[in-house]
Amino acid sequence: MSRLPFYLIVGLLMVLGIGTSLHRHIQMEVPWTPGEQRQIWEVEAIVDFSALGDPVRVDLALPSHQRGYRILTENTASPGYGLSFLQDERSRRAQWSIRSATGSQQLYYSVRLQVTEDRRQQQMVRPPLREISWERPYDTAAAQVIERAWMRSADPYTFTRELIRDFSEDRQGENARLLLTQFERTPLLVRLLNQAGVHAREVSGLMLEDGRRRQSLTSWIMVFEDEQNWTLFNPRTADQGQPDNLLLWEAGGRAVLEVQGGTNSRVTFSMLSRNQPAAAAVRSQLADDTLLNFSIHSLPLEEQALFQTILLIPIGALVVVFLRIIVGIKTSGTFMPVLIALAFIQTTLPTGMIGFLLIVAVGLVIRNYLSYLNLLLVARVSAVIITVIAIISLFSVLSYRVGLNAGLTITFFPMIILAWTIERMSILWEEEGPKEVLIQGGGSLITAILAYLAMNNPWIRHLTFNFLGVQLIIMSLILLLGNYTGYRLLELRRFKPVTED
Amino acid sequence: MWARPKQLKLRGIIGMNRRNIRYIGRYNSRRLYPLVDDKLKTKLLAEKHGITTPALIGTVSTQFGVKALGSMIAGHPGFVIKPAKGSGGKGILVIEHVDGESFIKPSGARLSIEDLHRHVSNILSGLYSLGGTPDVAMIEGLINFDEKLSEYTYEGVPDIRVIIFRGYPVMAMMRLSTAASDGKANLHQGAVGVGLDIATGTAVRGVQFDRTRRDHPDTGHELASLRIPDWSNLLELAAGCYEMTGLGYLGTDMVIDRNRGPMLLELNARPGLAIQMANGEGLRARLDLVEKQPEGVSVKERVAFSQRHFARHGELKALPEPVLAEASLST
Repeated sequence: MSRLPFYLIVGLLMVLGIGTSLHRHIQMEVPWTPGEQRQIWEVEAIVDFSALGDPVRVDLALPSHQRGYRILTENTASPGYGLSFLQDERSRRAQWSIRSATGSQQLYYSVRLQVTEDRRQQQMVRPPLREISWERPYDTAAAQVIERAWMRSADPYTFTRELIRDFSEDRQGENARLLLTQFERTPLLVRLLNQAGVHAREVSGLMLEDGRRRQSLTSWIMVFEDEQNWTLFNPRTADQGQPDNLLLWEAGGRAVLEVQGGTNSRVTFSMLSRNQPAAAAVRSQLADDTLLNFSIHSLPLEEQALFQTILLIPIGALVVVFLRIIVGIKTSGTFMPVLIALAFIQTTLPTGMIGFLLIVAVGLVIRNYLSYLNLLLVARVSAVIITVIAIISLFSVLSYRVGLNAGLTITFFPMIILAWTIERMSILWEEEGPKEVLIQGGGSLITAILAYLAMNNPWIRHLTFNFLGVQLIIMSLILLLGNYTGYRLLELRRFKPVTED
Repeated sequence: MWARPKQLKLRGIIGMNRRNIRYIGRYNSRRLYPLVDDKLKTKLLAEKHGITTPALIGTVSTQFGVKALGSMIAGHPGFVIKPAKGSGGKGILVIEHVDGESFIKPSGARLSIEDLHRHVSNILSGLYSLGGTPDVAMIEGLINFDEKLSEYTYEGVPDIRVIIFRGYPVMAMMRLSTAASDGKANLHQGAVGVGLDIATGTAVRGVQFDRTRRDHPDTGHELASLRIPDWSNLLELAAGCYEMTGLGYLGTDMVIDRNRGPMLLELNARPGLAIQMANGEGLRARLDLVEKQPEGVSVKERVAFSQRHFARHGELKALPEPVLAEASLST
């Protein structure tokens, strides 16, 4: 019988588990540790305009995922307006509409952005070259400005830099001044670049500075070197490259704000920066529901909390498998310790241990009496279940009266499992004596404590909840352990006498 | 305190994990388990194959039938009540003799008929069975064990565990009950295990609680002189259980009755590893050798093969009381 399929499955699970975890870490920026801090920007855009009593349509450009920033959540506030988000390959836009509005109107859009380490350049569609025509006398001025910059440059980027410099205060020539009287600086530069055969477009960005209000967008020139590569130029200083704190708001070459049916429209921005734990940032991430990004976070919060516990059970199972196969600890009921450990998570360890020992000890005494009554098994275990419930209620009330609120958490113990544990231990006591009860009961308790320590570890909780791939890794580890034919740790002690002679 | 894995490996000791995966998992098909997990089935199967088992007085399979227990056992001087699906000797109640209204256990404890009713009722509701499934209580006749062996045991009947691998007897030990084990022949409860030479059926070595012993803790009788009568016959009976069940890795529990000779008590598809301690030797080398043997060899040939290859000389003979040891060897 070949073991090849077995190792293939184990390898596949392992690779799949590590792969999806890495994907989530790199692609979704989910950190490996729960304590990492992430910087979050909250940006609010306010659209102001005066409505004229006619149907109104407001079109606002929205930022998208980009280099250095990932959108977590976005919200709008616009009472009475219909709203839809439009998306094409060049840009995202929000469109508000209303049948009739009069007077001053305010529409709000707020977005939470996470600062990321992602430094890859965004893919942009290169704009086509436009046919440029000038009126006299601007045509000669433009030609001369281009000619001058062209002579002193080698490629699109250096050409752009020289061109912008010719329009800056200190080097402004006669031609540049003439052109600036007729045209806005940035569109003018884009026109000149297009005329010289350089693909470029005007884009709008927001400089992020903590606590600033009533800011407006600044315009930048996006210059393409070839089909893929581009860079930003500051049209005022000729600085090349995108500053770290520049958020590209509109990069498709369209208007930032278009209002139909209103006048005096403008958009202003306010922003706030704060740090928050990475785990919380992950939680508020927008769920892109592709199969690879399959995530518990797309569920409602209540189910998420439930899954946080469910996803820990494999960790407990792994601890049990390890302790039984590698160490050789005997437990009473194979996975009973995992359930006890789950209860410990609710009760905290000291209260949980005291509660567990109290319930089992009192239960054993009562079960001992029940054995004299000569009952059928199912009835006896049922009686033990009711006894356990009675003990739990009694201790809850007693501890509450005494003022120990921690005692109330005793209700988290799985009562039916405890009843069976008591029944089994009682039989064990009768047949094998108290020593075996101590061994198996102690083994169960130690296993439960170790499983609890593993399951309650913040790092492990973070990993199991945020990386579903971890489950596949645990699965492959358990499969591997199931294939172990070596000695158990306690067997080294058990078989020691054989080696002595 | 702790052995190194290498030391154990050198001696061919097999651990639980290896036993489970390499032998039980590979040679014991799960669909055959019911044959051995249910002692009643084993008994009926053994009768079909001409393997002797203790006499069956009767069975109780319904709670209603518990009341008929009294009439069933009437006239029997002693009997054993056991659950058909019990494991590890759980739920076995031995009544050595009946004294009027009370039933006396080997320990001398007296039980009333109500105690017996309760015990049978517990068996039926599955208290002792694997997984707590409803069970059947079997009442068997007491075994009249060979008096030559009586001084080696305390209260209970000593049984002989033989590991049968692919039909070959590979290792054997006798389990002697003690006061500590409450008359039960389970090593983890404190019974003494005595390793037996496969060739001759003589004692090799004794252990209690996994530690070496040279004498019985209660009777004080030394163990070296132990010699199982009718040994080859017993081995052939045990080896025949392979054909009977089809299980490749099998623990057979045999007893020797004064009148009826070797008998099959029960079978175990998951025999324990303490037998290695009792023999002071690992199973590995023997199992490896048997694995190389072809299928389809007759029972007699298999037993002869094992007796030839697995012969051992007792370590107990080098006792400080040579006179006693020699004297009893001559018997």
